[in-house]
Amino acid sequence: MSTESTPDRGATPALGRQDIAHLARLARLAVTDEELDRFAGQLGAVLDAVAQVQRADAGDVAPTTHAVPLTNVLRPDVATPSLPRDVVLAGAPAAEDDRFRVPRILGEEE
Amino acid sequence: MSETRSETLVEFDDVLTRYEPVIGLETHVELGTESKMFCGCATTFGAEPNTQTCPVCLGLPGSLPVANAAAVESTIRIGLALGCRIASWSRFARKNYFYPDIPKGFQTSQYDEPLCTAGHLDVEVDGETYRVEIERVHLEEDTGKNLHVGGATGRIHGADHSLVDFNRAGIPLVEIVTRPVAGAGAKAPEVARAYVTELREIIQALGASDVRMEQGSLRCDVNTSLAPIGSLEWGTRTETKNVNSLRSVERSVRYEMRRQAAVLDAGGRVVQETRHFHEDTGSTSSGRSKEEATDYRYFPEPDLVPLAPDAEWIEKLAAGLPELPAARRRRLQEEWGLSATELTWLVNAGALGLVEQTVAAGATPADARKWWLGELARRANDAGVELADLAVTPAQVAELTALVAEGTINDKLARQALDGVLAGEGDPRAVVEARGLAVMGESDELVAAVEAAIAGAPDVVEKVRGGKVQALGALVGAVMKTTRGQADAATVRRMLEERVR
Repeated sequence: MSTESTPDRGATPALGRQDIAHLARLARLAVTDEELDRFAGQLGAVLDAVAQVQRADAGDVAPTTHAVPLTNVLRPDVATPSLPRDVVLAGAPAAEDDRFRVPRILGEEE
Repeated sequence: MSETRSETLVEFDDVLTRYEPVIGLETHVELGTESKMFCGCATTFGAEPNTQTCPVCLGLPGSLPVANAAAVESTIRIGLALGCRIASWSRFARKNYFYPDIPKGFQTSQYDEPLCTAGHLDVEVDGETYRVEIERVHLEEDTGKNLHVGGATGRIHGADHSLVDFNRAGIPLVEIVTRPVAGAGAKAPEVARAYVTELREIIQALGASDVRMEQGSLRCDVNTSLAPIGSLEWGTRTETKNVNSLRSVERSVRYEMRRQAAVLDAGGRVVQETRHFHEDTGSTSSGRSKEEATDYRYFPEPDLVPLAPDAEWIEKLAAGLPELPAARRRRLQEEWGLSATELTWLVNAGALGLVEQTVAAGATPADARKWWLGELARRANDAGVELADLAVTPAQVAELTALVAEGTINDKLARQALDGVLAGEGDPRAVVEARGLAVMGESDELVAAVEAAIAGAPDVVEKVRGGKVQALGALVGAVMKTTRGQADAATVRRMLEERVR
């Protein structure tokens, strides 16, 4: 997979092939060269659309991350039953010794 | 270990002639809550694998987290104990990365809006006080546990595959981050250790966690860097992980200082990286270079609403804080009339609380200290356990001292009574009774023993009568032997004197 820079500047904010390749790597997605170009264009269009919000005069409005004005929603510290283990492991792609079996982990020591 | 190549090291004292160390600590504390951070799964240590999981902590689609009230309160209490500012607005954030022990593909953590900021902790090393500034205290969740299969046991290198247990995933975890600590010079390794020791004591006093490093409920990442003396800029730091004991905290700083000095002396550059501490060799080895912080793509957690602790809530928690360790030490030192050194001995032996409880159960401070630092410390040492893990309670120790004080037993019999207590035979008074350990009064048995000793050693008796009073000691010894140490030596001596003269 080539990650050479081909600045693909559309309207602001620009997304290059390199940005797409980087995001794809973080998301563990295999992306072809053609897809890099296509996604850069498509995601650029999405960002352009969202960028319109910045044109609104919202200087005195706090950024919103929640649709409902609630705070301090907490539960008491009480243990409740967990799922039975066979049910839990039934959803695992592979299991061994009552644990989830995963492929070899590379490049890091615990 | 094979991956630990022997590296060039500079002598520790030599490092300090050219460089100034700067340390920083990130400490993770697993809170001792009944249930997990965002779901009701139990948190029992050592439970069968994957028996404490549910859709929330497994990250199954459609599940929704709700924050644990006790975990939030514990975090605020830790912040208050560290003199932090408690945020009036705080949010959780998603830290995105892939690793098999993170079932959701992100860790729910806090980013730019932590619960507590800007605190400090004063620690003492060799009579000198060092202030460690606290940058932040935030709340997050723990990961699952990987078991690597194949290759060397439990090691990732050469492993064929890994097995994951998610019981630990989602247990509330508090992260306490210091600001860089400069100016400690040669004491930097000890300051690092003293900081973790004091932090551990505080969290223990708060009852927020059992803070057992060997079980991983307190884990420490130790940052170390060196700057040339007089330099205005700090050097590149390394982050040492896998530091699993207080002693290792100190050793890891010491090792990194010596290693980095060698790199810098040779004209090289210290690589910013994660390093792993090896308990067996006391050395560190290179781990992976860390992903950039921006690669975590933090964003506010949309499934959890913000925390907004109001003044009333914070005041209530502040009012409920226990006496903190530093204040308690000062108070006990004064009450018991200890020197600073005596206090340090008690603290280092882990005996402060035990002595306090023994005194509370009726012993004098001097007796309580004598037992815990003497006989009991010796027993713990012989058995290779901590004082607190001995099978004897402070109340039982107090009872032993009371039995000695009232003359029922002497010190030697008290040690035998302790044997019985440690063997699970019951409280000291019961052991004394059951084993027949009480000091003999002037009984027929004792009179018989005294007369037998006199009759059995006419030569000694002659000597005593001839003026050699110290020869009486041999007769006392003989009586103590026949009575298996249960007679009172002073009584025996008086009885002998009456009969020999």
